Amino acid sequence: MRRGRFTGAAMAAGFVFLWLPILLLVGYAFSADRIPFQWGGFSLRWFAALAGNERIVEAAGLSLRIAAGAATLAVLLGGAAGWALARFGRFRGRALFGMLIGAPLVLPEVVTGLSLLLVFVALEGATGWPQGRGALTVLLAHATLGAAFVAVVVQARLAETDRSLEEAAMDLGATPFTAFRTITLPLIAPALGAGWLLAFTLSLDDVVIASFVSGPAGTTLPMALFAMLRRGLTPEVNALGAVVVLGVGAMLALATLLLRPRPRGE
Amino acid sequence: MTGAGPAALLRARGITKAFGAVVALDALDLDIAPGEFFALLGGSGSGKSTLLRIIAGFEAPDAGRVLLDGADIVATPPWARPINMMFQSYALFPHLSVADNVAYGLRRGGVAKAEAARRVADALAMVGLAGLDRRRPHQLSGGQQQRVALARSLVMRPRLLLLDEPLGALDAGLRERTGFELRALQRQTGAAFVMVTHDQEEALALADRVAVLDGGRVAQVGSPRAIYERPASRFVARFLGAANVFEGRAMGGGFDSAVAGITFAGAIGGDSLAVAIRPERIRIAPGASGANSATGIVEDTAFRGDDTLLVLRLSGAATLRVLHAEQDGAPPARGDTVTVGWDAADVVALAS
Amino acid sequence: MLAPVWAWLLVLVAAPAAALVVIALAEADSGIPPFRLALSPTGFATLVEDAYYLDAVLTALRVAVTTSACCLLVAYPMAIGIARAAPRRRVLLLVLLMLPFWTGFLLRVGAWIGLLRDEGWINRLLMAAGITDAPLPLLYSEGAMLVGMVHAYLPFAVLPLFAALLRLDPALGEAAADLGARPATIFFTVTLPVTAPDAAAGFLLVFIPAAGEFVIPELMGPPEAQLVGRVLWQEFFQNRDWPVAAALAVALLALLLVPIRLFQRLGARA
Repeated sequence: MRRGRFTGAAMAAGFVFLWLPILLLVGYAFSADRIPFQWGGFSLRWFAALAGNERIVEAAGLSLRIAAGAATLAVLLGGAAGWALARFGRFRGRALFGMLIGAPLVLPEVVTGLSLLLVFVALEGATGWPQGRGALTVLLAHATLGAAFVAVVVQARLAETDRSLEEAAMDLGATPFTAFRTITLPLIAPALGAGWLLAFTLSLDDVVIASFVSGPAGTTLPMALFAMLRRGLTPEVNALGAVVVLGVGAMLALATLLLRPRPRGE
Repeated sequence: MTGAGPAALLRARGITKAFGAVVALDALDLDIAPGEFFALLGGSGSGKSTLLRIIAGFEAPDAGRVLLDGADIVATPPWARPINMMFQSYALFPHLSVADNVAYGLRRGGVAKAEAARRVADALAMVGLAGLDRRRPHQLSGGQQQRVALARSLVMRPRLLLLDEPLGALDAGLRERTGFELRALQRQTGAAFVMVTHDQEEALALADRVAVLDGGRVAQVGSPRAIYERPASRFVARFLGAANVFEGRAMGGGFDSAVAGITFAGAIGGDSLAVAIRPERIRIAPGASGANSATGIVEDTAFRGDDTLLVLRLSGAATLRVLHAEQDGAPPARGDTVTVGWDAADVVALAS
Repeated sequence: MLAPVWAWLLVLVAAPAAALVVIALAEADSGIPPFRLALSPTGFATLVEDAYYLDAVLTALRVAVTTSACCLLVAYPMAIGIARAAPRRRVLLLVLLMLPFWTGFLLRVGAWIGLLRDEGWINRLLMAAGITDAPLPLLYSEGAMLVGMVHAYLPFAVLPLFAALLRLDPALGEAAADLGARPATIFFTVTLPVTAPDAAAGFLLVFIPAAGEFVIPELMGPPEAQLVGRVLWQEFFQNRDWPVAAALAVALLALLLVPIRLFQRLGARA
């Protein structure tokens, strides 16, 4: 099988390309040398330096809070939207609704960021809210972005769920609300969980939209990291990379567990 | 309408339903008697599933009334109707155990826990699934899933149980046995069963009465034997058991089919548009001539076990399907010229 | 029931789109915020008159097309390999594919900077091996920018291809082999044509965000690589010319409308 061998080699090369920079980033986090990506003996000094870097620690705390809030809001909004798109049939304005909920998926970040900022400025001018820009505006922007992804995940999950399950529940005496609570919700719970994690990660990863809609008091972790990278690389970046890669690895393992396909019976 | 009389459990009157420009049901009338096994038989697009969903409450008719014990239930939501449905996909809740699936409706109805547990156990025993109550649906075979769905509906003690293609998802080998079990359960519970199917053998074998649906209307309703032997229209004659149907003209108590070159004799009204003759009623009759006979060349044969299907090419463009029973001796071979005949009593005149 | 969602979408998706157009038609001003509402074509006129902006758009399109094409080239064997793997191994490979995507885009850019810069890992390796005496100027080049973008967007190209290959009936390839096709011929006559729409979806999935990319050109590209996203950023943050930035956003959106519609139609098909 010559083609099998070629495909295998090309696939392996692809994975090396994907992983080499990440593995080196994480590996050199444990180097004592002050030049990044240069081995100077094993040391945890850069983790200590990172922990002592108030700017980064503060930004990380803010980012985690924003991401958790945005992901929660995104699950509520996107969950309702995905349910409506999958189950409400041709309700009024469905085409517009679908376009609006999905728009953040396909808009370039610079466009989303700039346009949201313009609306926040206009809103504040007209109503006084939101007062200034910072964590709240970033949270609103990230929830909008996350909701788009959650809606897609939930809609897909519902599309592959037999619709007659809800009808069967109603046939057996459940009101629509009870049918939703006892049948639909348990069935889409893994999708909601995965959607939350997705929205959370998107928020933690965004620098462009946040830069537009944030203010002086709202420096998120990616914004701080972006500033660091602009000035030049330091081994603290390696340390941060190690922390994030290990943390995200754990989270992804959790998500795979949640979304693992149920074993099929005979 | 061969009605179930004043004692009807369920009456549908003038049910009309359109999806966009497609008319699914067209002023349909139907009566279901208490405790009968009723089959709605039709091809895809005949409106049979829509009718079932209207009775269950998942669709609202555009016009018409659905009366249960004389009371209109069109405005009653599905969860408040004393009618239950077994879904074609079974719709078993994948996240609940077998016992919890069966108990689901009892919980909603507020049945006490101990009482519910007892009824669930009874229902599972009734369908032969005792001991499987802790399993999840995906751990069951297709036949077992079908029984869970059945138990889940029957545990509600419905007066009317709707079954959407109940045998459709089963292997051929399992169908016959499950069909008998369905009939037994129906007799045991005394509930009226209304089954939707596209399989005429299934409908004829299981039901007390069959309604043949065509284009959103009832083409014919009656006992399986009546419908099979006395089809009321060309559609029913062709749909049930592939009868030979010839169009032509009624004249002087007989019927002339120019295309086949056959003259039919029998009880044929002057308004007849066509006649039907079943393949198994035709026999080889050398020397027969005149009315109720035909001569043709055997174009094809198919051995089917206890009989052989012959396709006769008649003098015209028409063909005649003949079932030659094994006990009548060796069937003719391809290319043979054969003369066949039939009794006047077996000729069915069709006025529509 | 849906009213809160509608309200949210109108305020935070529909209104921003409208605001873009309104501000694009406003006039730049030195106040706070730095514009005066008007119906002025100044913003758009600037885009047309100054070749700098047209150049930015063309550069962005060229880079986005190159990125998408490179992604597909790398993605095809990976998608085939993953789709062919036994189920357990397949899950592992998918995790390996997605994990980098979830580890933070900026950190991956940081890693590439660490590899590519003059005193970086690759240059040290090359010099130690005696291949070169002086460090090669790898970073801040168009090549570095492309490597960074392909690395960032590769999973987007692999996933639709993988899904398509998983759906692909293996009997098709077997039938082709039975009819005398060699493996390479099977790929070009069966696999490629059947999965072409999904390849197109993957292409667009990379192309659409890449066309507006700001971070990677800024951190890894050469100074002269003025992509539209970077120019928009500068107009907004450095020049404080909101109308021109908004006009650029509207122009970028208009350009992307066709690819976006195409992508949605391909998505609906799958």
